[in-house]
Amino acid sequence: MSALLEVSGVSVSFDGFKALNNLSFSINERELRAVIGPNGAGKTTFMDVVTGKTRPDQGRVSWGEPPVSLLGRSESAIAVAGIGRKFQRPTVFEDQSVADNLMMALKKPRGPLSVLLFRPASEDLDRVAELADTIGLSTQLSRKAGELSHGQKQWLEIGMLLAQEPRLLLVDEPAAGMTTAEREKTTDLLRAAAQSRAVVVVEHDMDFVRRLDCRVTVLHEGSVLAEGSIDHVTRNESVIEVYLGR
Amino acid sequence: MSRSFIARNPSVLWFLLALAVFTLGVTVLAEATGLGLVSTSFVKTLGKTLCLCLVAIAMDLVWGYCGILSLGHMAFFAIGGYAIGMWLMYARTRLIVTESLAAAPLPPTPDEITDGIAAQIFGVVGASEFPPIWAFAHSLPLQLAAVVLVPGLLALVFSWFAFRSRVTGVYLSILTQAMTLALSLYLFQNDSGLRGNNGLSGLQNLPGLEAVGQPVLSMAFFWASALALAAGYVLASWVVSGKFGSVLRGIRDDEARVRFLGYPVETYKLFIFTLSAVIAGIAGALYYPQAGIINPAELAPIASIYLAVWVAIGGRGRLYGAVIGAAFVSLLSTWFTGGQAPDLVLGPVRIQWVDWWTVLLGLSFVAVTLFAPKGIGGLFDLVRLRRAPDRHGADLGPDTGALREREAET
Ligand SMILES: Nc1ncnc2c1ncn2[C@@H]1O[C@H](COP(=O)(O)OP(=O)(O)OP(=O)(O)O)[C@@H](O)[C@H]1O
Ligand SMILES: [Mg+2]
Repeated sequence: MSALLEVSGVSVSFDGFKALNNLSFSINERELRAVIGPNGAGKTTFMDVVTGKTRPDQGRVSWGEPPVSLLGRSESAIAVAGIGRKFQRPTVFEDQSVADNLMMALKKPRGPLSVLLFRPASEDLDRVAELADTIGLSTQLSRKAGELSHGQKQWLEIGMLLAQEPRLLLVDEPAAGMTTAEREKTTDLLRAAAQSRAVVVVEHDMDFVRRLDCRVTVLHEGSVLAEGSIDHVTRNESVIEVYLGR
Repeated sequence: MSRSFIARNPSVLWFLLALAVFTLGVTVLAEATGLGLVSTSFVKTLGKTLCLCLVAIAMDLVWGYCGILSLGHMAFFAIGGYAIGMWLMYARTRLIVTESLAAAPLPPTPDEITDGIAAQIFGVVGASEFPPIWAFAHSLPLQLAAVVLVPGLLALVFSWFAFRSRVTGVYLSILTQAMTLALSLYLFQNDSGLRGNNGLSGLQNLPGLEAVGQPVLSMAFFWASALALAAGYVLASWVVSGKFGSVLRGIRDDEARVRFLGYPVETYKLFIFTLSAVIAGIAGALYYPQAGIINPAELAPIASIYLAVWVAIGGRGRLYGAVIGAAFVSLLSTWFTGGQAPDLVLGPVRIQWVDWWTVLLGLSFVAVTLFAPKGIGGLFDLVRLRRAPDRHGADLGPDTGALREREAET
């Protein structure tokens, strides 16, 4: 089985500082993967490269079957190709209702003319209701996203990602600032999402990662330090030294 | 959500109602069509104000909804004016020239007529031939097409370059200022072909309709402006309602996020900027025949800054806010700068509004930005909050109030 996303030998430097250093990473269809690493390890930069926000100095990023290169494509083209992204800090459109946020994210033609002429059909409304149910915001559909609690915003953003129906979901620190109950719900959401698509979760919290129960990649100083099951990586000497032992 | 457009946007209905009442009211009071309580020159002022409201809607589309602070929109407005002005001047001069040549013993050749028109129009800048830019001036349909196409194409080219290289924020505003300044300086030159600083004049006279008289003509233009404003309002409301409006507001609030949702942000900006420039062009084409004259000073950077100030004071991000801001501030400005406002005597200081109006406007702008970012339009939120959400039986909507404000001005 060939990989859905394959990143090989990618380096990115900012003013001489190497944020990513010869990083290689690959993920298969319908795989759930956790990425951990200390602050500044390059986790967010890795997502920036995959989603087209940052151009790497060298390396390849190939996607899909047959593999095509994602380098040089615009952010929107990459999103349309099937990669969805959740940011570290929740970014929903605060001035718009939960329903509008979800409706905007629904997988539909993205060109200005088709959007101008778009009128939601009943199946679109059903889909929005269904998504709202999944993320537990059914009763909040007409509220402005800005009025939601921090945790609800994170879920709304996950809901918007699901609405895009991506083949790969990149999720940056979804549980940051959440209560324990909220974290558990988030774990369930992500694991359910990984039933039908590949999901990469960046997270600091070890308990959260343990609950995801999946393969773990440890980043350090811009490259992969270790990879394997959670027990495997937590026993790794160098991982303990740079990350766990502090 | 499958309800009709009007049901989803009740403010459109209120706006149209208010505009209709206002238009009929002025018609009843005007010299040509009614009681004669409103002078022809004031009808022209009101007609021009309606055009300014229309260009304010165009400005609100790009700035209030999409977050692009264009400080060059009056360039598109003026281009619309120049486009229609060229035909008006050509056609009227042609009538005058043919008339004067008719007295000659031999019937004039077409060349003689053309030369005569050119000499008349370009005498002031020491030229006697038509520059290439006047190639279509003889044809009303072609110049009307230019009203839409020239601002549209200029906006298209400008936004293609600017948005593709992801120029945003202050840099984009400066770029739009540079655009309008460059155009204005170019037009100031005599060899630009548009009569340099003289501009185009006599635009209030419609060729062949001299017998009709200004009172009736001004009323016709007033009505045309009201219709254009109504159409522009409905079009703009339609564009910003629904998903397209969602995407625009998304771009305004977080453009990167919209990109990661898969929307080609640059194409959206290009679309809305061009549409808005076309609306501005049409507004200008209706404005300048009522003003009678257009010259390159109309494209001065300050004009576009004023436009942004109107929209900010009225309340950006809501179309009726833009309309109220433009109407309120421009009429107030006419009143103050026209020398009608009584001087304010504060002890030894005598405040003459002709000089101090800009200061007052500047202070109001700062005050609105700091203390009432929603502008005058924000007042309607108070009304809405106070009332039950059920609108049945409510006879005063947001825009009926807008009318009262405008009437208070008249
Ligand atoms: N645009 C940029 N310009 C300069 N330096 C940057 C830029 N983006 C990231 N960096 C640097 O690159 C390094 C990697 O950053 P990155 O955000 O990828 O880390 P991270 O693993 O996501 O950390 P965290 O856990 O804090 O989110 C950091 O040292 C950061 O300061
Ligand atoms: Mg990060």
